[in-house]
Amino acid sequence: MTKITLNGAERDFDVDPTMPLLWAIRDAAGLTGTKYGCGAGLCGACTVHVEGEAVRSCQTSLGSVEGKAVTTIEGLDPAGNHPVQVAWRDLNVPQCGFCQPGQIMQAAAFLTETPKPTDDQILEAMAGNVCRCGCYQRIVDAVRHASTGI
Amino acid sequence: MLKYLEPLIETATARVKFEKITRRGFLGTSGAFALAAYAVPARAFDTYAVGGTDMPHGIVDDPLIFVSIDADGTVTLVAHRSEMGTGSRTSIPMVMADEMEADWSRVKIVQAPGDEPKYGNQDTDGSRSMRHHIQMARKIGGAVRTMLARAAAEEWGADPADVTVEMHEVKGPAGQTMGFGDLAAAAMAQPVPPHEEIAYKTEDQFRYIGKGEVQITDLHDITTGDAVYGADVTLPGMKFAVIARPPVLGGKAASYDATQALAVSGVESVHEIPYISAPPLFAPLGGIAVVASNTWAALQGRDMLEIEWEAGPHGEYNSESYMADLIAQSENPGTIARDQGDIDAAFASAAKTFSGTYTQDHMAHIPMEPPAAIASYADGKLEIWAPVQSPYTTRTDTAKALGLEPEQVTVHVTLLGGGFGRKSKADFVTEAALLSKELGAPVRVQWTREDDVKHSFYHTTSAERIDVALDDASKVTGWRHRSVAPSILSTFAPDEGNMLPIELAMGMTDLPFDLPNIRCEHGKALAHTRIGWFRAVSNIPHAWAVGSCVGELAQELGKDQREMWLELIGAPRTLDPTAAGLPDNFWNYGEPMAEFPIETGRLANVLNMAADGIGYGEDLPEGEGIGLAVHRSFVSYVACAARVKVADGRITVPEMHMAIDCGFAANPERIESQIQGAAVMGMTVALHSGITFEDGAVLQSNYYDYDVVRSDNYPTVVTHIVPHPFSVHATGVGEPGVPPVSPAIANGLFAATGERRRHLPMGVDA
Repeated sequence: MTKITLNGAERDFDVDPTMPLLWAIRDAAGLTGTKYGCGAGLCGACTVHVEGEAVRSCQTSLGSVEGKAVTTIEGLDPAGNHPVQVAWRDLNVPQCGFCQPGQIMQAAAFLTETPKPTDDQILEAMAGNVCRCGCYQRIVDAVRHASTGI
Repeated sequence: MLKYLEPLIETATARVKFEKITRRGFLGTSGAFALAAYAVPARAFDTYAVGGTDMPHGIVDDPLIFVSIDADGTVTLVAHRSEMGTGSRTSIPMVMADEMEADWSRVKIVQAPGDEPKYGNQDTDGSRSMRHHIQMARKIGGAVRTMLARAAAEEWGADPADVTVEMHEVKGPAGQTMGFGDLAAAAMAQPVPPHEEIAYKTEDQFRYIGKGEVQITDLHDITTGDAVYGADVTLPGMKFAVIARPPVLGGKAASYDATQALAVSGVESVHEIPYISAPPLFAPLGGIAVVASNTWAALQGRDMLEIEWEAGPHGEYNSESYMADLIAQSENPGTIARDQGDIDAAFASAAKTFSGTYTQDHMAHIPMEPPAAIASYADGKLEIWAPVQSPYTTRTDTAKALGLEPEQVTVHVTLLGGGFGRKSKADFVTEAALLSKELGAPVRVQWTREDDVKHSFYHTTSAERIDVALDDASKVTGWRHRSVAPSILSTFAPDEGNMLPIELAMGMTDLPFDLPNIRCEHGKALAHTRIGWFRAVSNIPHAWAVGSCVGELAQELGKDQREMWLELIGAPRTLDPTAAGLPDNFWNYGEPMAEFPIETGRLANVLNMAADGIGYGEDLPEGEGIGLAVHRSFVSYVACAARVKVADGRITVPEMHMAIDCGFAANPERIESQIQGAAVMGMTVALHSGITFEDGAVLQSNYYDYDVVRSDNYPTVVTHIVPHPFSVHATGVGEPGVPPVSPAIANGLFAATGERRRHLPMGVDA
């Protein structure tokens, strides 16, 4: 039994603690906003926050976050109005949308740590998140937009 | 064929004929109807033939199929095309809503299941969604608006001509008003008016069409994680499966041992999936499925399988030697696909010749969402949830695989986490259907990224050789293009190594250059993997070759690229198919040539827009260069001007200007997003995307060896959209942005460094 705080609520997982957090979130907790994209930490679609820091949930075992606070896209803001989410909508960022929860979680953690980033810092912070539709221009614009405090 | 189009498609006079009919209707003969607010007689709604009627199950424009109105006024519109990021799930209903005068904030969109006899063609590919449905959507919206007005007129005892409909409200001559909800039942019980009786809005009356202000319907859910994609559906009692597939097409497990797999906690059973036979169609590849209580257990179980694979007939497929064969063939005459003038005489009398050979590896689509599907078989009925571009084919394929009738199968279409052609092929859904029947339980089949990279329906690999004859004034007199590439046809029929006319016409036989002598030939190439369509299909290798060759000619002749392009394109004219020697089976993206001709003026115009936009010809810093390319595909014209810069030994493209002429721009905001995306995907094609085979198996696995452009090297794209009135019919948007990008980058790299690269992918290292 692994206990974590998931989106603010304590939760017990009765699964193999070596299970990647991604599959614990999706299959055991039934939260499907966190996406599987590569299973190898190469695309960022599965990004969640552990104690506020962006991590790739496909590369993080459930057991390693025992007792910690895990936030998924569903828990980022109760009304879905985190400044990054608002910026994403203001600038019509998504095409297919599949990678966007991971992009948003990456951007939200980055902006918490670096509230007034330079463009170079944005590009570097977001380089691990792949968007096959090619929304990068709007993603970067939206991160910058969010950083101005919406 | 659409009834309302029948009298309109004979000739180019169709439009005139239609206007007369509308005019007569407007003037108010018996049964005719018009709404005062839309009392603009002529050119209210130009309509003409498009290829949609020739697609399987054609186009359905019955408002009773697509529209319902609740008593509270909520308008529900059916989206029958799949949403994979192009925005069609929003844009087509948006057109309906505008013509209906519905308030977009009171519109709800529901996704149609796979049912083409009911909804018309649902194959979401070929950049056809808006092109084939903008007229249908206006007719549906206009019909409902007319029905609302007629119902209100009956209620008020008024003349329908005195009733107006505006933003979800119907108004009578004495100041009466009723909402859509009040009229819903009576309106939807009205006879559906024929096309001639609908007074369409004029362009100046559009609220949403052409504005680009309507946001995609799933935007909020995407940003909160609530949007539902293929793997996001969970059913009670659902099992989780992954499959070990044969590494080589047509291979089989000679033997396997599942003992250790079954020992993994959570693994419940192991099943052999039937193996593929030739031609592959969209059938599963076969293999060993591991079924578990969660995805992780299934993945671990699969790792523990011990399988002895037999390679089968394609175990000798090696990309290096195969490419050498393609190139060798391109040096010899092939089958003639287009013959204009006398190419042999052009070369015999040439003062000078130039040759270039341009090649491309296979590519996989790698949508961010790898294939995944849920199937539930019970009591002779199969229910599916899947991210598919072809929901009806999915239905008939899965029915056939399970020995059912299509009526026994329901296909629910989720959002697609990208498609790019991969998800037109529902092999992954049939896997889930077979497993669910065997298990007697719902099952989700999840593909890993490695599965996706190694078992795709690959974009073809090709060698393109272009020979150019020049006279003593350095004028091009002859152009011979030979293409050798395995065909998509091999996926569907016994492979004889020949390309389809549709592949040849995508950027080769449709060459729009103003030259006296042109010949196109193709060689034979047998396929050793599943060849499928990838966003823009054969336009990619053909535009790569043509665009690179134009750049090389400019370089040879000391001309600037724009001058070279414009000289070859020639004066603005409509290509005459007969004089150009186009083959009888020439394919114009399924569209009638009379309505969608090849217009060189539009080609030159977008080239100039992109070149002017980026400041082509101005001085650039050392190590930078601009490349130009332009290409017509999917009946649209797109130019790319790419500024290439070598930085820290890496090829970067800081800026691109893309100009698109796609006829009337129905949703400019989504057109811009598609073009931005095409620029990035085109750059990935140029620098990264190479799938290669050794002993029949794919060498690449995941993003580490099949990478894509990322946010640290994306181009800032300025999109120029050529403005057109509604009467210039909307054409393709999703795909045509991709083809000109790789030749523009190659030409830009040459301008920056003096180095010419002739193979895709070029690699990112300078």
